[in-house]
Amino acid sequence: MDDDRVFKALADPTRRHLLDRLFERDGRTLTELESELEMTRFGVMKHLRVLEDAGLVVARRQGREKLHFLNAVPIRLIHDRWIDKYTEHRVAALADLKNELEETA
Amino acid sequence: MTTMTAQTTQVYQVFIKATPEAIWDAITKPEFTQKYFYGTRVSVSADRYAALGGDGGEVVRGDVLEHDPPRRLVHGWRAMYDPEMAAEGPSRVAWEIEPQEGGYSLLTVVHDQLETSPKTAASVNGVGWMMVLSGLKTLLETGEPLVA
Repeated sequence: MDDDRVFKALADPTRRHLLDRLFERDGRTLTELESELEMTRFGVMKHLRVLEDAGLVVARRQGREKLHFLNAVPIRLIHDRWIDKYTEHRVAALADLKNELEETA
Repeated sequence: MTTMTAQTTQVYQVFIKATPEAIWDAITKPEFTQKYFYGTRVSVSADRYAALGGDGGEVVRGDVLEHDPPRRLVHGWRAMYDPEMAAEGPSRVAWEIEPQEGGYSLLTVVHDQLETSPKTAASVNGVGWMMVLSGLKTLLETGEPLVA
């Protein structure tokens, strides 16, 4: 149901950069993430909010800190829904072409 | 290619169009789990979580730490499918199910306390849990296993 939000969230280089940072090391505070970006705290918060709304980042309290975790499940679902469908077709088409060419050879 | 150390706390979250009760059944009953959880048959009692493989061999075992159907299940995780992983310290898995609007529920899986089990952490990381959650969602929403 949230494909639109995921695509929209991914359509921004800063947000993709944030996901990459979390992929390298997960469970980070806003302060840690902010220190790696040339951006105001408010700007980072805004991008994190878009990622959270898309389900790509999950924020959880751990003691006094709020940690941000990468959740790649929505990307996986898009992969299953969109990527598999077209790549399988392409692979199948190539396989058919190969069979046809070999038969006529 | 970026190298990556498997995280000692891993969080996975997915919206599923199903009731908390249906999700609870799907994660605690063997006839459901074998359709999406790498073919394993999971059984959960008030104190024990066990996943058995197709050959009846133990795949995962753990003590049940919290058992609050249909909202929260927390259990230990010791991977028995690999001798090196079985020798590692136990980690912990928490399943949280929250009802949402429109007939959806939000399922969150937190696999943590992986500090003493790096090999297990790497094994379940990323695709490992994502395949499970993606398969669970597909099963509950369509009645079909993800991979036929």
